[in-house]
Amino acid sequence: MIDVIVSPLNYAFMVRGLLAALMVGVVCATVGTYVVLRGMAFFGDALAHSILPGIAVGYLVGGGAQASLFWWGLVTAVVASIGIGTISRGAKIREDTAIGIVFAGMFATGIALISTVRSYTVDLTHFLFGDILGVSTADLRLILIFGALIIAAVILFYKEFLVLSFDPLLADTLRLPSRLLEYLLLTLIAVAIVVSLQTVGVALMVAMLVTPAAAAYLLTRRLPVMMLLAALIASLSGLIGLYISYYASVASGAAIVLTCTFFFALAWMLRTLQRAL
Amino acid sequence: MTILENLRKRPFSRPAEHEPDRPVLEVSHLNVRYDHVTALEDVSFQLERGERVAVVGPNGAGKSTLFKVIAGVLQPSSGEVNISGHVPGGHICIAYLPQRSNVDWTFPVSVADVVMMGRIGKLGVFRWPKSSDWNYVHQCLEDVGLQPLAKRQISELSGGQQQRMFIARALAQEAEVMLMDEPLSGLDVHSQEDIYTILGELHRRSVTVMVATHDLDQAATHFDRVMLLNHRLLGFGQPGEVFTTERLVTAYGGHLRLVENGESGLLALGDTCCDEGEEP
Repeated sequence: MIDVIVSPLNYAFMVRGLLAALMVGVVCATVGTYVVLRGMAFFGDALAHSILPGIAVGYLVGGGAQASLFWWGLVTAVVASIGIGTISRGAKIREDTAIGIVFAGMFATGIALISTVRSYTVDLTHFLFGDILGVSTADLRLILIFGALIIAAVILFYKEFLVLSFDPLLADTLRLPSRLLEYLLLTLIAVAIVVSLQTVGVALMVAMLVTPAAAAYLLTRRLPVMMLLAALIASLSGLIGLYISYYASVASGAAIVLTCTFFFALAWMLRTLQRAL
Repeated sequence: MTILENLRKRPFSRPAEHEPDRPVLEVSHLNVRYDHVTALEDVSFQLERGERVAVVGPNGAGKSTLFKVIAGVLQPSSGEVNISGHVPGGHICIAYLPQRSNVDWTFPVSVADVVMMGRIGKLGVFRWPKSSDWNYVHQCLEDVGLQPLAKRQISELSGGQQQRMFIARALAQEAEVMLMDEPLSGLDVHSQEDIYTILGELHRRSVTVMVATHDLDQAATHFDRVMLLNHRLLGFGQPGEVFTTERLVTAYGGHLRLVENGESGLLALGDTCCDEGEEP
């Protein structure tokens, strides 16, 4: 049994992948708590997909350097979230429609860009579904730094984000800078998505944001506990998923997300049982 | 280090000073238009400190709009609101109590957590509530009789308890003006009595309260003055002067049931309209 756990650790790429899965799990689940409570799942999914053109341009410009991909991804995510806000306000259409328009348009741009270069076909699947075993030491450092910044911001602005999410009118009457805090939260979600890109890819990103937080939501009625539980479920799913991927030769992103889904189903069953008793 | 300390002590905004010789609330020639729809038209009135005022009018009459302009979260198209000598946007002493149907009751917070939200205007940036803040919160819960339920998740409360929790939050905010949007609708008689008892206590503490309500009969009996609103201010004063048949028909059109009360000569009235919310 111990050998089952220890033997993959002989490979440096597995150790790096496991560390990445742990950190990404904690960061995504913490931010994801607000995504779930504010009903922003579609927004999160769209934001992840909207990053693709940025990644493609970053790849063309930087010749595959991860740091350049990161910054291009981040800028694209911020542009997408501002674009969604501008279109839904300016054109007076529902926000989810605006999200759909921006998300599909940007995703198509990304695919178009990537398709112009034939050798990209392999890399495209990496962007879409992640390549956690390709995580380098430099990537780990980026995930650590930006992940720590996100967690710090969530802790420092805890009471402000809480009020903004529960009762935006109260935030206004207390004269909190609501618009600024709103943009800060969107930026935190964008950064979380960009640092997690290599772990699960854009297509499955929304699961990392939503599924662990939703499972935690079913198990507790206190926000700090929900955040901790979500982080625990997500990082545990990352570890278990990666081991499943190693032994069963399943794509790592899919294995991690399916483990999250399993935990959600478990949480649902637990709650149903609890209610029945 | 001192710069950081100063930053931490500072709330996001410095509240405006109160000028005691000015009325607590002065509204003059207020107009609010959404696109091409007029929500409020030339509304002017003044409130004394500690007054309890019922605001009645049909759905979509602009009651919520009026409250949001007074709270300083909605900018009027023209006209002025003045709270103790300053525009509302400078104050943190105005509490808006939301309609219960507009609240996400499954949100993972306890009753005490919600009441603490009222305190954060007084806390600085990056500051966590201290034990003195929690003591204040528990005192506010005590004041509305919810102390035993402090640790409950908010979905476990009854309608009346939910309303009292929001009053406790407004107390924690140290609000001097409280705007309550339909606090009584959907409550049983006993819960309504609890709210009226608390309104009496607020009156003794010189808190000025405006309550939007559909119940004309209750408005006539439990408040110092009543305000009849349908986009325009149709009447403001003693219930006997304001609730005349002529004015009520102007306000409600056909949606009103008038019943003559023989003993007192007053009209016992019921708004036949639903208790649902109105426009944002």
